[in-house]
Amino acid sequence: MAGTQYRGSEIKNVDQFVNDAEGLESEREIEIGQHIGYRYDVNMVPDYCQITPFLLKYMEIMGWDDLNWLEDVHMGYEEGMPAVFDRNINGWVRVPSSVDLPDNQQDRDMVAREFLVKFQMSDRNPLVSLRKAYMKF
Amino acid sequence: MASLSEAALKEMTQEERAAALGMTTEQLTGRSLYIEFEEGEEERYTYPWAPDVDFNKRTEINADDYDTTGVNNRIRDLMAEGYGTIVIQNPRGKHSIGVGILSRLNLIIEGSTGYFANGLIDGPNVRINGRVGWSCGENMMSGTVLIEKNAGSTFGAAIRGGDLVCRGSVGSRTGIDMKGGTIIVGGDTGALSGFMMQRGRMVVCGNAGKNLGDSMYDGILYIGGEIQSLGVDAVEAGLTDLDQAWLTRKLTQYGLVPDRGVAHFTKVVAGKQLWNYDNLEPHEKKLIL
Repeated sequence: MAGTQYRGSEIKNVDQFVNDAEGLESEREIEIGQHIGYRYDVNMVPDYCQITPFLLKYMEIMGWDDLNWLEDVHMGYEEGMPAVFDRNINGWVRVPSSVDLPDNQQDRDMVAREFLVKFQMSDRNPLVSLRKAYMKF
Repeated sequence: MASLSEAALKEMTQEERAAALGMTTEQLTGRSLYIEFEEGEEERYTYPWAPDVDFNKRTEINADDYDTTGVNNRIRDLMAEGYGTIVIQNPRGKHSIGVGILSRLNLIIEGSTGYFANGLIDGPNVRINGRVGWSCGENMMSGTVLIEKNAGSTFGAAIRGGDLVCRGSVGSRTGIDMKGGTIIVGGDTGALSGFMMQRGRMVVCGNAGKNLGDSMYDGILYIGGEIQSLGVDAVEAGLTDLDQAWLTRKLTQYGLVPDRGVAHFTKVVAGKQLWNYDNLEPHEKKLIL
């Protein structure tokens, strides 16, 4: 078979990559010096019992029955710091260290979604300047 | 930089604009650009440039009066005037209708469209009361698209987010290079569906053609009918209670829950045998492999 065999390690707890930014565990990861795979479960679907009032209002304004694209947004990590990937700027945006993180991934994901929407809609998102510089019409 | 007016920026070349706005074209390779959220960020729900539209303000466009570009420009103009519900009459299979809409909007298309309908959208809710050609919802970012009849090949190619739903059947290579979002097919899907899928979920209530999920990296495929064959590195997985709850909720939203429920769906995921991660130089690989 083409490629290499998957030889990553399992995600064991919600703080794993805060406490160990490199996350090298399996023999293969130690060999190559790189964590294999995502640092969170990209397939985890949201638990709507945990939804925040801001996100409910966002759904209502957009006319959606659920979180729509935000179902794919999760709290991840950049160099051991909690961060959220902003697809509009193709980069990670860090969660301020002053924010107390919840103790479970579902609640953390809701925090991530709320931060990301507010950031994307703000004037300080780099997309605002990019749009000014490069928009075609 | 803040003193530059929109008019002054428009007078400049693209390079001058980029420089005036403080952008740089130097290589960032090997360096990170740190950006942090602000705790007290203002609560806004739409992009700064999005027109303020009202879903209760409704109008129509007769597509017979315009070419494709004309229809799309007319949609923009009407949104700028505050229309939040736009009905397109007589699309007659025009290509690329409703592309690049980057804000909230109810768009209703009364008829069938050609290829690349509603590509690159970020926010609108679209209903197409007909059929669509190839690559409907290509590169879709968010929003919902509901097609009442059938769709062509590469349905939802490279979709990043949102719900793309076809009540009928779709062609081959559905969700090719899918990077997020949800594709739902009420009928059957053709060969190589989910090819190189990286993330997101695809639900097919009917049958799936050959090589389902070939070379998929991640994401989930749920198939309600028969699977002709699985592609390379696509493997069956157990359907969990969470999967069933999600399937039931999502399919209920679009009135597509099969009579016998969702417990019979087959879940297909990446076997992760093709994942190839390393930081090694070629000579280091030789030492290890």
